[in-house]
Amino acid sequence: MLSQVTRHFAGLWLAALAVGAWGAQAPLSVAEIATGVFVHRGAVAEVTRDNGGDIANLSFVVGERCVAVIDTGSTAAIGRALLAAIRQHTRLPVCYVINTHMHFDHVFGNVAFEGDGVRFVASQRLPSSLSARAEGFLQRVGDSLGEAAEGTRPVYPTELVDTVTTLDLGGRRLVLKAWPTAHTDNDLTVYDERTATLWTGDLLFVEHLPVIDGSVRGWLAAIDDLVALGARHVVPGHGPVDVAGSDGLERERAYLSHVAATVRRAIRDGRSLREVIDAGESETVAEWQLVEAFHPRNLSAAYTELEWED
Amino acid sequence: MKRRQFIAAGLGLAVGARLASAAEPKGPGTAQSLNVEVWQGLRPGLFGEREIDIDAGEIISLDTPYRAADAAAVPIAVRSHLDGSDGRYIKRMWLLIDQNPTPVVGVFSFYPESGGADVETRVRVNDYTFVRAIAETSDDKLYMTANFVKASGGCSAPASKDAAAARQSLGKMKLRIDPPAAPGGAARAQLLIRHPNVTGLAMDQLTRMYPQPHYVRKIDISYQDKPVMQAEVTFAIAENPSFRFNFRHQGAGVLVARVEDTEDGHFEARAQVDASGAS
Repeated sequence: MLSQVTRHFAGLWLAALAVGAWGAQAPLSVAEIATGVFVHRGAVAEVTRDNGGDIANLSFVVGERCVAVIDTGSTAAIGRALLAAIRQHTRLPVCYVINTHMHFDHVFGNVAFEGDGVRFVASQRLPSSLSARAEGFLQRVGDSLGEAAEGTRPVYPTELVDTVTTLDLGGRRLVLKAWPTAHTDNDLTVYDERTATLWTGDLLFVEHLPVIDGSVRGWLAAIDDLVALGARHVVPGHGPVDVAGSDGLERERAYLSHVAATVRRAIRDGRSLREVIDAGESETVAEWQLVEAFHPRNLSAAYTELEWED
Repeated sequence: MKRRQFIAAGLGLAVGARLASAAEPKGPGTAQSLNVEVWQGLRPGLFGEREIDIDAGEIISLDTPYRAADAAAVPIAVRSHLDGSDGRYIKRMWLLIDQNPTPVVGVFSFYPESGGADVETRVRVNDYTFVRAIAETSDDKLYMTANFVKASGGCSAPASKDAAAARQSLGKMKLRIDPPAAPGGAARAQLLIRHPNVTGLAMDQLTRMYPQPHYVRKIDISYQDKPVMQAEVTFAIAENPSFRFNFRHQGAGVLVARVEDTEDGHFEARAQVDASGAS
């Protein structure tokens, strides 16, 4: 009897300690979209003080032995809030932190998960792409968020995927696939065999205009393969989860095809990059959010890629 | 040592940038641009006491976006308006970005055969800044025009969206020619060079090292063995440098582009042009 009470108090004390360590972070809201699959929806927005950098979709998957985290947010604080959300649903340890690519809104929360037994997993090409950009990312996050970005620093993956690998969470296997250059040069998707859930990372944007930071040609090719996977649940990097069937991928394909066609026509007609950017928008673009922030950039990226086509 | 100087200069200039941005004129703002500290510092070294006419509209104009879509690839164009009727041509042109760590983007030389001193390229812009073009005519007069451009971070952004592909294709070139509207007129050409044009200013966060700068520094274009355009350029030119220029088409010939980079890489592209001006 006495020992039970003692244990109870010890438990409280440990919980209090843990809260201190996590900076008393309020947990992120998550939805269980399939058994043991939890997703937090980030805002469809650029980083602002109001959203605190909470702009990407962040997930965790619970196996019988341990938990895998898929993307960790823009700051240490968001990473801690994600960890707090995990603790509301399971006591199992986190064994893997998976990053779908090197953009800060997907990796900068890694620091909250550093500790014994946690392995950081990403595409083989992530470390060099992140380290080349990390200083700029840190500055940007600091400038945009101020104190909310405190403690944020990159934590690099230690386990690298060059083609395909499988992680075992105990009775639950995740298949990780590294892609040729598409959204970036280090995209990685995750597939949960038990629930047929696919995490596309930023190979899929829903509502948020797709952002080309790799290759529009490579991305269009990747979409064919992603559609063919026929996943039951799809978690995009940004925007609503589980858009019916392959609608999300088809809309994205329509936009990227439109960009490629517009730019190819301009190059063929001898029009310059400037003329293409100044030419204005079409209806294909109007359905998306954040067009002003990213569409001109996408045209620029596509132009400088496609002008090398023969 | 050199690097430290770059960085020191960069820090100093960033302060100047914020002061200058108070003006932020849209479009040509040559008169306002005279007050920029960086320009006042550069002017004596580049042009001494020589007079510079800022009423340059009939000689030269500069086309820049007011706000850049991508600070690491800002399209800019210089157009010349001398048609040769007064016997003058533009023989040299300086392109400057005040608030870049190295403000001089390049110095371009042109010739009577050049078909006009028009040049279009893409540049890296590191902070809100004036971009200026200074033309020297064949009678040794200087003219300047300046535009304000809002962009930042272009020089410290890492090169290459696909680093592996960039390494493999370095030195590949493409030469595209649009025939002249009339025989003997100016034909348009575009030279594309696969090159990461590494600034050396983007620190690798993992190694805490800056990469070795590695960029195209010299371009030499000729047609029928006569010079068309020569350029000495810096890493302010964006990755995979692109240059559009004119050349006077007088019969069939070969357009030759010779390119040299800072690690003594030499690259050459040739395009045969027929009597109609098609390639």
